[in-house]
Amino acid sequence: MLGAARRQFGSGPMLGQVLRRLRPAAAAEVARGYSAAAKEMTVRDALNSALDEEMSADPSVFLMGEEVGEYQGAYKISKGLLDKYGPDRVLDTPITEAGFTGIGVGAAYHGLRPIIEFMTFNFSMQAIDHIINSAAKSNYMSAGQISVPIVFRGPNGAAAGVGAQHSQCYAAWYAHVPGLKVLTPYSSEDARGLLKAAIRDPDPVIFLENELLYGESFPVSAEVLDSSFCLPIGKAKIEREGKDVTITAFSKMVGYALQAAEILSKEGISAEVINLRSIRPLDRAAINASVRKTNRLVTVEEGFPQHGIGAEICMSVVEESFEYLDAPVERIAGADVPMPYAANLERMAVPQVDDIVRAAKRACYRAVPMAAAA
Amino acid sequence: MAALWLARASSQLARRAARRLPARHGSGEPTSPWFLGAAPPPALGSPAVEKSRRGFCSVRRFAGESSAAAAVDEEPENGFVATSDRQAVDFPGGKVSFVAEMNFLPDSMKERINCYRVLDDDGRTISGSRFQEVSKELALKMYTEMVTLQIMDTIFYEAQRQGRISFYLTSNGEEAINIASAAALSMDDIVLPQYREPGVLLWRGFTLQEFANQCFGNKLDYGKGRQMPIHYGSNRLNYFTVSSPIATQLPHAVGAAYSLKMDKKDACAITYFGDGGTSEGDFHAALNFAAVMEAPVIFFCRNNGWAISTPTTEQFRSDGVVIRGQAYGIRGIRVDGNDALAVYSAVHAAREMAITEGRPILVEALTYRVGHHSTSDDSTKYRPVDEIEHWRTARDPISRYRKWVQGNDWWSDAEESELRSRVRKELLQAIQVAERMPKPPVTELFTDVYDKIPSNLREQEQLLRDTITKHPVDYPTDVPV
Repeated sequence: MLGAARRQFGSGPMLGQVLRRLRPAAAAEVARGYSAAAKEMTVRDALNSALDEEMSADPSVFLMGEEVGEYQGAYKISKGLLDKYGPDRVLDTPITEAGFTGIGVGAAYHGLRPIIEFMTFNFSMQAIDHIINSAAKSNYMSAGQISVPIVFRGPNGAAAGVGAQHSQCYAAWYAHVPGLKVLTPYSSEDARGLLKAAIRDPDPVIFLENELLYGESFPVSAEVLDSSFCLPIGKAKIEREGKDVTITAFSKMVGYALQAAEILSKEGISAEVINLRSIRPLDRAAINASVRKTNRLVTVEEGFPQHGIGAEICMSVVEESFEYLDAPVERIAGADVPMPYAANLERMAVPQVDDIVRAAKRACYRAVPMAAAA
Repeated sequence: MAALWLARASSQLARRAARRLPARHGSGEPTSPWFLGAAPPPALGSPAVEKSRRGFCSVRRFAGESSAAAAVDEEPENGFVATSDRQAVDFPGGKVSFVAEMNFLPDSMKERINCYRVLDDDGRTISGSRFQEVSKELALKMYTEMVTLQIMDTIFYEAQRQGRISFYLTSNGEEAINIASAAALSMDDIVLPQYREPGVLLWRGFTLQEFANQCFGNKLDYGKGRQMPIHYGSNRLNYFTVSSPIATQLPHAVGAAYSLKMDKKDACAITYFGDGGTSEGDFHAALNFAAVMEAPVIFFCRNNGWAISTPTTEQFRSDGVVIRGQAYGIRGIRVDGNDALAVYSAVHAAREMAITEGRPILVEALTYRVGHHSTSDDSTKYRPVDEIEHWRTARDPISRYRKWVQGNDWWSDAEESELRSRVRKELLQAIQVAERMPKPPVTELFTDVYDKIPSNLREQEQLLRDTITKHPVDYPTDVPV
C-alpha cells in the first residue's frame, strides 16, 4: 500500500517531501529485543566466555589450533582456557592446517565436539578439502552414519594493512556448500549466542569472526550473559527498523550500515538495517519481509562482488518479492582486486560508510542532491 | 693466515676443553673456550621438568640417549656437559653432541630395511621365525575369508564388465593384508580405510548381500545410494565409510585415536593407505601429529608397487615407506604383505604397543597390485603382462597360505572346491537380489545434508514431487517416489 503511494509520487523532488512527512524511524537502538543493557562486553570476551561455558558444560568439547593454548590464542580469544581445562582440551598444534583440520574431523567422526581455530580463514584454504569433502559431505554420503559436530572458527575478511593473503572474505566460498552452516556474528550478543549455538549444533559450522571487531564493546543484557543463552541459527536480526530502504549486512559491515543509516536519517531516509547473522541458512523470510515493507534493497559485504552474498540475496528477492521492488537492487562489495596493502589503496578496496549512503540514495532515487529543502 | 691459525687453535682448544670439562664439573669453575663465544644462558627448562604443561602428555624424547638423561642432573650453568668424550650443548629440543667433521647424512642407508616374514614361498614356516600363534579355527577362518574375498572380487568385476554395476575395484593379490590384519584387531578398533580393504569389512561380518546392495545402490544400501560402488561403510562394524580423496583418512584416524585415548578405551584406530597415498600432505601431517599427540593409531601402508600407473620408483626416493616413520619419531616395521601369518603377527604386536604405550605404529606391507587399479584402468598399458602373471600365480598369498594350512592337515581339496562353489553361488544370488531390489526413494535425495532437513530442501522436495505428478511420463518407472 505504501509502495503504491511511492510509485505514484515516483522519483524527483516530490519524493523527498513525502518521505519527510512520514514518521521517522525509531531512534537507533543496538540491543533490540532485550531489556536495556547495563553491562558492556567486548566481542573478544564474549567469544571467550562462550567457549569457556560450553567447554565446562560438555566434556567432549575441545579447542584445537595454532597458538590457542600457551599463547592464549593468536588474538587472545582462548585466554585462560589452557589453564582451566588443561592440554587435553586445549591443544596447541604443529603448523599444519590440513593436519589439524583432518584430525578434528576424525575426532568428530568418533563423537568428540572439536572447535578448530584458524588463525585466519585465509589459512583454511590449506585445509579446505577436509572442510568440504570430509566434514560438509560426510553426513550425506554416509547416509547419516557419520555426523560431524565440528566448529571451524577464526577471523575472516579484511583486517588493517595485512595484504591480500590475509584479507579475503570466505563467506561466499563456504556458504556455497550444502552440508555446512555459516555464521557471521557482529555484536557481542551475536558472538556469544551464535558460538554457543554452533558448538551445540550437530552439523559442521563455519564461524566467521572479524579481527577488527574483537576489541569493540557492545552492551549485553543479563539474558545474554546467562550460560544457557543461545541464538537460533538461520535467523537474522533487525538492528534498526526503517521504512524506506532495506540494508543487509553481516559482520563488520553491520556497524558501517548502522552509521550509514544514521546519516541517511538526517536526510529523511529511514533505513532498515538487517544484521544477517547467518549466511547459510540465509534468513530469506526476514529479508523478503523487509523488502516488501521498504521496496528497496541495498546489500553490503566486504568480500569480492562476483558470486558474493549480495548476489544470492538479490536473487532471493527477485524470486520471491519481485513485484515489491521499486528500484533495482544495489550491491556494495569490496573491489574486485586482491586486497592491496598501501593504506590509501586498502581504504578504496573496502566499502566505506559513504558508499552505503550513496547506494541507499540511489535506491531511493535521491542520488542527485535536493535543490531546496522544504 | 689468521684463519688457519684459528682452525688449528680451535681444534686444539676443543680437545683441551673436552679434557678439561670433567674436572670442571667438580670445581664448579666456569670456563668457556674463546671460540665458542660467551657462555650461553642456562638451558631452557629440561623436557622432563616441563612435562604436563606442554603438548599432549609425557615426554618421550631420545629414550636411547642415557648420557643425555644423565647430563641433565649435572648441568653447569653455561650448558656445557661432558657426554663420554664429546661436548654436548643444549638447543631447543634437547642436547646434541658436537662433532668436528662435517658429514652429511647419506640419502639412503647401505642396506634396505629388512622385511619380516614367517612363511616361505612354499608355505612352510621359516625355521627360527617367531610369530603369533593362531588356533586352527582362526587359521581356517582367515583362509576361507581370503578365498571369499578373491571370489567376490572376481564376480563383482565381471558384473561391472557386464554393465550391471558402474564401477568396481579389486584387492587381487592383497587378500592376506586385508584378512590377516583384520583378524589381529578387535571389533572395538576403529577402521579408517582407503578403498582396497573390503576384506576388513568382510572379516567383521559385512555380508555378501550387504556388499552387493552398496554396489547396486539399492534401497537397502546403508549409504542410501549416495556413493559410487565400493564406498562401503558400517557404523555397527566400526568401519568408516570409504571416501574418495586420497589419504584424508590419515589425519581422521589420528583424531579418532585421540578420541579413544581421551575415553581411555582398550582400542586403537587403524588406517590403511597405499604407496601413492604417502605422497599426500595429509600423510606427513598425520604421522607428525600422531607422534606429538601420542595417539594409539596404526598406520598400515599397502605398498603394492603401483599408484594407478605410477610405480614406486616415481612415487618416492626413500627406502619405501617404513623408513619415514623414524623421521617422525614413530616405530615401524616392514612386513611381507603376501604372508598372512607375518601380517597377522605384525598387526597383533602393533596393536598391543599402540594401546598399552599410547603411541602410533607404522606398518609397511610389501605386496603387489595384481589387478588393475579399477575397472576404469587397463594396467597392461603400463606394465608387462608377465610381471602381472608372475605375481598372480607364483606369489599368490592365498595359495601360499593354503599350503601352510593344508600342511597342518587342517584343509583338504574337497573342502576347497566346496567352499569355492558355495561362495560363488552365494554371490551370484546376492547380485540377483540386489539388482532386483528397488532404488532408494526420492526423499533420500534431500535427507542427511544436515542433521535436520532445512526448509529450503523440504520446499524443493515438494516442488519435485509436484513436477513428477504433473509429468509422470518423464519419470523413470523403476525409481520409487
